[in-house]
Amino acid sequence: MGNLNDEKAINHVHTPVEGTPDKEPPKTSVGVLGWLKENLFSSWFNTILTFIFAWILYVLIKGTLSWVFLSADWNVITKNFALYFVGQYPKEEIWRVWTSLSIVSLLFGFSSGLWKGTVRQLSVTLSVIYAIIAVMPFITGESRVWLGINILFIYAGMFAISKIPKHKVITITGWLISFPVIIFMLHGFGVFSEVSTNLWGGLLLTVLIATVAIVASFPIGVLLALGRMSSKLPIIRWVCIAYIELIRGVPLITILFMAQLMIPLFMGGINIDNVLRVMIGATLFTAAYLAENVRGGLQSIPRGQHEAAQALGLNSTYRTTFIILPQALRAVIPAIVGQCISMFKDTALVAIVGLIDLLGIAQTIVANPKFLGKQMEAYLFIALIYWVISYSMSYASRRLEKNLGVGER
Amino acid sequence: MKKHNTSVNTPFWRDNRIIPIILQAIFAILLILAFVVLINNTIKGMEKIGINLGFGFLEDTASFSIGESLIDYQPTDSYAKAVLVGILNTIKVSVIGIILATIIGVVVGVTRLSNNWLARQVAGLYIEVLRNTPLLVQIFIWYYAVFLNLPKVQESFVLFDSVYISNRGVALPWFDPTSATNVWIILFIIGIISSIILWKVKIKAEAETGERKYPLIWAAGSLIGALTLAAIITQQGPAAMNYPAIGKFNFTGGQVISPEFSAILVSLTLYTATYIAEIVRGGILSVSKGQTEASKALGLKNSTMMRLVIFPQAFRVIIPPVTSQYLNLTKNSSLAVAVAYPDLVSVGNTILNQTGRAVEMITVMILVYLTISLLTSLFMNLFNKKMQLVER
Repeated sequence: MGNLNDEKAINHVHTPVEGTPDKEPPKTSVGVLGWLKENLFSSWFNTILTFIFAWILYVLIKGTLSWVFLSADWNVITKNFALYFVGQYPKEEIWRVWTSLSIVSLLFGFSSGLWKGTVRQLSVTLSVIYAIIAVMPFITGESRVWLGINILFIYAGMFAISKIPKHKVITITGWLISFPVIIFMLHGFGVFSEVSTNLWGGLLLTVLIATVAIVASFPIGVLLALGRMSSKLPIIRWVCIAYIELIRGVPLITILFMAQLMIPLFMGGINIDNVLRVMIGATLFTAAYLAENVRGGLQSIPRGQHEAAQALGLNSTYRTTFIILPQALRAVIPAIVGQCISMFKDTALVAIVGLIDLLGIAQTIVANPKFLGKQMEAYLFIALIYWVISYSMSYASRRLEKNLGVGER
Repeated sequence: MKKHNTSVNTPFWRDNRIIPIILQAIFAILLILAFVVLINNTIKGMEKIGINLGFGFLEDTASFSIGESLIDYQPTDSYAKAVLVGILNTIKVSVIGIILATIIGVVVGVTRLSNNWLARQVAGLYIEVLRNTPLLVQIFIWYYAVFLNLPKVQESFVLFDSVYISNRGVALPWFDPTSATNVWIILFIIGIISSIILWKVKIKAEAETGERKYPLIWAAGSLIGALTLAAIITQQGPAAMNYPAIGKFNFTGGQVISPEFSAILVSLTLYTATYIAEIVRGGILSVSKGQTEASKALGLKNSTMMRLVIFPQAFRVIIPPVTSQYLNLTKNSSLAVAVAYPDLVSVGNTILNQTGRAVEMITVMILVYLTISLLTSLFMNLFNKKMQLVER
């Protein structure tokens, strides 16, 4: 169709010369053939490349498929499915984890009803994942019911939210209070029977550590960035610079060792929970990186903004909170999301200091003589879980970047 | 002056010059207090378990063995020497990793911009898969699921009759120095230097006279000449080859690359290469289209255009982010502790568990990493400056 229109357009411009009838474009430059010629076989070198890569792809896909369906033994996953997600969390109390997940699903539903676009795509993906897990043959009936409830919550939230008054306020407050509520649900704190943090594990623990590190490091990171930029307060500035450069110069694992071994010493014998110590270490680490991201944003704000705010008679606190920071943070949202992704991936390191997060639980499972030699299956499965979550975040961040129009030149 | 003071009598707590000073004084006092309390607690805590802070223990005998080392190390050596072995192993894996990651990264980055659709997609797939999974999980997959699952020594895969691949590592033929080695090395260096000088001289002459002076032929000729001379003088090859063979339990001869080292090197390289690839791609894209068009208009070949026009400009954009990737790779090599490759953190961790000297060992690790980071940044900053001078 498109080609026909083009021809007409050309005919309007050029009067056809007498005796030279219009020719169709050669078959090899339009349609599927044209595309193939242009993108795969444009030169002899390109043709060779195409064959090499086609061969690589063929070997990869064939190898993967035959391994997945023929030689791999997926018992190491199916027999321990719940362990990967909640670790040693007691079976009688598992409803608390499901309830927490349902809260998150409902909030996802609400958000996707409100903001549509990327959030809706993510919510639909989430519900598809729930559905896939629910139809797996090794899932218990109870879990199927809970998964069904979660799917229902996502779609109910999606359609109901616009009919509720003050829906924006409700959704945002919901997200804000969901985190303490979930921690309360999981731990119990005396209201429910207490489940201590050494029983938390698997994906649950991974997500919790990542969330705490990201949420708690945010204010610290912003303060550090502001401190580093404050030319009038040299002592604070140098302390911030020293902190940021020190943390950024050393690997996360040394920070985690430090948190594990030195926090008890620093505190003079007060016992601090193992999980909490790791969370502190991860937070202090992320804060330094976040500070550098925020500093990038602060530096991108033109001087005129400072001067205009000053001319309006705002004092320095107001200038920073209402004029500078909102613009600076908006400019670095992609960088901050990138930091979140890398923090999420870095939580795998807590397995080295003895926590049973997603990687730690996989390590524990393959150490069981019953599943000897099944490392590939177990580690690839958790790699897939990490990949799905990281990729969704990076996809969302790319979309957000486009919508905000930041990072475009 | 006096009148002015009485008319604008600002109380000191609202004086813009004094507030920052007071604020900072309070901040400094609080910070120092916090430090004093923490250090005091630490010293008290250490005393309780009967340890005095100090680095004297580094002189004590380590009494543990280390699997691979660049220098001669025995369990009877001191802890300090064990730490040195760890540092050298960290540097070894980082340097090799950086070189390989750069090569793979550049190739993948260029492939991402290829005009072949399939090549672009495969490169993109590689990047998206490896970037979005944790490095530690990749290390575990390479180590436990790939390198330790290779066949036993007796049943190794054999390539070209000389490379053996097994679960005890990869055995390669290696060079044994002979009496002729030194002569070869000296003449090789002379050959390289003279070919560089000849290249520069000929290029300059070419630019001045406008005639062809064949710099490449001259440069290659001088190198080949030097090597021929070495062959004539010594009447033998540069080194004897030492071929590996299968022993009773392990390989004998040749150079064996341990599975720990292979796992950490492969995963670090492939992971960092994805980041470098994206940086290279961004760098090439940042060179404006006019540059390509202008060089085409001047009649430059594709390769000449890339070498003389596109890459020098892309380099400026690429160097700073690639530097931080090099630093990341070096810091990520600390994950070697998970597969017991004896790097700094791994050795430090062993010492820490053996002696209970957590504070000292963590301090040593932090100081070493800070030094490496600072040196790398310094070196790359110098390189960066040089590149930018070339530009203008």
